[in-house]
Amino acid sequence: MTIAQIIFLVVAGATLGSAFMVVTSRNLIHAALWLVATLFGVAVQYALLNAGFLAVVQVVVYIGAIAILFIFAVMLTRKEIRDQGPQLNSSWWLSATLSVVTFGGLVGMLWGWKDMAHTVPDIPPGFDSISALGDALVSPDAFVLPFEVASILLLAALVGAVYVAFNRK
Amino acid sequence: MNFWTDPLKMAADWLTGLLTGWGMPEGVAVGLAAFLGIFVLIAILMVIDIFLVWLERKVVARFQDRIGPNRLGPFGLIQPFADIVKLLIKEDITPANADKVVYNLAPILSMMSVLILWAIVPLAPQILGIDLNVAALYIIATGAIGTLSIIMAGWSSNNKFALLGAFRQVAVMVSFEIPMVASLLIPTVLAGSMGMNKIIEAQNIWFVVLSPLGALIFMIAAIAELGRSPFDMGEAESELISGYNVEYSGMKFGMFYAGELLHAFTFGGFWGILFFGGYSFFGLEDVSPFLAIPILLTKAVIGYWIIMWVKYTMMRIRIDHMLAFNWKFLTPLSFVLLMVTALVHVLFKDTSPWLYGLSMLGSNLILGWVVIEFLRRFSRAEREKLEGHAKPAMEAAGH
Repeated sequence: MTIAQIIFLVVAGATLGSAFMVVTSRNLIHAALWLVATLFGVAVQYALLNAGFLAVVQVVVYIGAIAILFIFAVMLTRKEIRDQGPQLNSSWWLSATLSVVTFGGLVGMLWGWKDMAHTVPDIPPGFDSISALGDALVSPDAFVLPFEVASILLLAALVGAVYVAFNRK
Repeated sequence: MNFWTDPLKMAADWLTGLLTGWGMPEGVAVGLAAFLGIFVLIAILMVIDIFLVWLERKVVARFQDRIGPNRLGPFGLIQPFADIVKLLIKEDITPANADKVVYNLAPILSMMSVLILWAIVPLAPQILGIDLNVAALYIIATGAIGTLSIIMAGWSSNNKFALLGAFRQVAVMVSFEIPMVASLLIPTVLAGSMGMNKIIEAQNIWFVVLSPLGALIFMIAAIAELGRSPFDMGEAESELISGYNVEYSGMKFGMFYAGELLHAFTFGGFWGILFFGGYSFFGLEDVSPFLAIPILLTKAVIGYWIIMWVKYTMMRIRIDHMLAFNWKFLTPLSFVLLMVTALVHVLFKDTSPWLYGLSMLGSNLILGWVVIEFLRRFSRAEREKLEGHAKPAMEAAGH
C-alpha cells in the first residue's frame, strides 16, 4: 500500500465518520461543526486528486459561506439548540433500505468499471491546470453553455433576493 | 548549488543525505526534512510574534504620546517575555456551561488559520512552502477557517457578549470577503496568474502604480478581515467588554491575541507581495535569498505599521454604516474596478509598457475621481435634505 492510499483511507474514514456524526448528533451546532469537518475531508480528497482549485473553492464556498450560514440560521431561529424528541420516526426502515440499495448499486456499478484500478496520473511539470479549467469554462466547444446558464440562474436568484428583501417606502 | 544562492534546498539535501546514510528509507527522510522545515518556520514565526507584541505596544504608545514598555531590557525589549510568562501562569478558567471541546478548539483554529497562510508566502524566489497556482484563493479559504474559529469561540463560551461579538465580527468578515476577492483578482489579471511567485515576477512596475485603487480596496478589506479598528465592532470594548474572546483567560486568550497580531503582520506582507513587488527590490533578490528575506520582512513591517496607524487614529464605525459602506460602496466599486482593469489589460497588453502603464494608472485615477465626485454630490444632497428647512432661516438671520 502506498502512502497516498493510506492518506486516502484515513481521510475517507474521517469524512464518513464525521458525516455519521452530522446525522446522529443531538446538538445542532455540533452537527453543523461535524458538517464542516465532512466538507473539509472532501476538500482534502480533491487535493489528493490534484484538483487544487476545486479543493480551495470547496473550502471557500462550503465552509466559508454555507456552513457559516447554517450556523447562523440554527443560532438565530432556534430557541433551544439541543434537539428534542425521538431521533427516529416510523419510516426509518424506508430510508435505511433506500440508502443500502443506493450504496450497493454504486458499489456494483464501480466494481464492473474497467478504469477502477487506475491511479491518478502524474501531472506533467509546467502543466497549468487552472488555466486549462478557465479556458474550458469559456470555450464554445467545451462548457460555455452550462457556465452561462449557471450564471444566469445565480443572477436571477440574486435579483429575487434583492426583490424579497427590498423595503418599499 | 551553494549555500549563498539556495540555502533551503542545500539544508534539505544535507539532512536527507545524513538520514539516508543512517539507513532511513528515502521517502521517510524527505518527509522528516519537510516536517522539520515547517517546524522551524513556525518556530521563527512565533518568535517574530513575540516581538510584534512589543512593536505594537511601542507604536500605540507613540501614537498616544506615551513611551510604552521601557523598564525591562533596552527599550523594554524583554517586556513581551514577561507578558508571556504572566499569560502562562494565569489560572485557566473554563465557564461552567461552556461547550468544552469547541471552547478549547477555537483558539487553536484561530492561530492555525494564520499560520497556514505562511505556506504560500514567498520569502525569497526559492524559499517558500508551496507555489500554489490558486494562492490568491487560498488566502480567502484560510479566512473562512478564521471566521469559523470566531463563531466557535463566541458560541461555546456561553456568554451573551461573546455571542454578540462573534455575530458582529462574522457579519463583517463575511461581507468584506467580497471586495477582498475582487481586489485579489486585480493582481491576478495584471500578472496572469494566481501564484505568488508569478505575481511578484510580473511586477516590473509595482502593481500599486498600475492599480492604486486596487491596493487601497485590498487594504480596507484586509483591515476589516482582521477585525481591527475602525472595523472592530466585534470587540467594541465599551459595549461588549471584549467580544468573542471575553471568557478566555491565560494562554488561550494569548492565542487569539498573538494570532491577531501575526495576522495583521501577514496581511501587511501580502500587501507588499501583491502590490509592492514582494521580495524584489532593484534586482537585489537575485543576488541572494539572504537579501530577499529582509526586503520582504521590511515591506511586511511597513504594511503592518500602516494597519496600526489606521487602527490607532480612526474611530470605530457603527455596524450599519460599516455594512452599508461595504455593500453599497466598496463591493460595487471593486467590481467596476475589476472590469475596467480587465478591459484595459486586454486593450493595451500588446502595446508598449509605457502606454500600458499609463492607461492602467489613468483608468484608475479617472475611476477614483468619478467616485469621489459622486460621493461629494451624494453627501451634499443628503446634507441638504437634512438641513433644507434650517437653511432659509439662517440666511434670513444673516441678512
